[in-house]
Amino acid sequence: MLEIGLGHYLTVAAILFTLGILGIFLNRKNMIVILMSIELLLLAVNINLLAFSTHLNDLVGQVFTLFVLTVAAAEAAIGLAILVVYFRNRGSIAVEDINMMKG
Amino acid sequence: MIVQGLVFYLFAAIVVSSAVMVISARNPVHSVLFLILAFFNAAGLFLLMGAEFLAMILVIVYVGAVAVLFLFVVMMLDINIAELRQGFLQYLPVGALVGLILLVELIMIGGTWALAPGALQGEGMPIPDPLEVSNTQALGRVIYDHYVYLFQTAGLILLVAMIGAIVLTLRKRPGVRRQSIAEQVARRKSDAVELKDVARGGGI
Repeated sequence: MLEIGLGHYLTVAAILFTLGILGIFLNRKNMIVILMSIELLLLAVNINLLAFSTHLNDLVGQVFTLFVLTVAAAEAAIGLAILVVYFRNRGSIAVEDINMMKG
Repeated sequence: MIVQGLVFYLFAAIVVSSAVMVISARNPVHSVLFLILAFFNAAGLFLLMGAEFLAMILVIVYVGAVAVLFLFVVMMLDINIAELRQGFLQYLPVGALVGLILLVELIMIGGTWALAPGALQGEGMPIPDPLEVSNTQALGRVIYDHYVYLFQTAGLILLVAMIGAIVLTLRKRPGVRRQSIAEQVARRKSDAVELKDVARGGGI
């Protein structure tokens, strides 16, 4: 029970991933929380990569985690910028209102 | 060993419970603060897995930059909190169903998954002994040797993201008086000063 192995970390990552998906579904009126849920998803992926990196004794997993962190930071910045522009135009951040690009 | 197990359960429990609070908090500001808590404890998990450098990066980049960026945006936008909560219960059943399906699938993968034969032989980059080479040093050797182009590309992605964010949010508002440095520099004496010959005792 107290011997921590690969399975424990994978379980935490799986729970975090599920919570992230659930957050995307629940918060349909709030795009900020959806962006935060995406951050949770990426965190779960990072935990997975690191757990396998430790388990397989391979440093490449950590390198990959670094790149995932980079892309996640860039994605958060761009997503928030789009959110700010959208809020200026529409005065709302609900996902349901985002239909301006619909033909 | 026992301490490590207990610390793992502590970090894991706080990560999961703060993730629950992130997606269910009433106020978006509270969501961001719980996200920061989740990142801190995930950094603890990273430490337990022996990735010290990435743990520090997580604290610096995520807590120091991304979460603060979220906090800025949440506080900058004037949002009606009561409006945000509408439809939360309406989407709960379908969300819970999808989440449950996903969790069952992940558990099934975890149950049937097996390590490929020969995967433990270490065809990649073996992690050196932490007592001899620190994690940061080992990571640096791998990144700058084998993954230098990817590393440069990551920097390029960040640059593009920065420029994109600035271009998206920059706007020219009409009716706002701003300093025009070019106009000030290009001003000549002839534009500003006018000499008049005034007759003595006559006035202008």
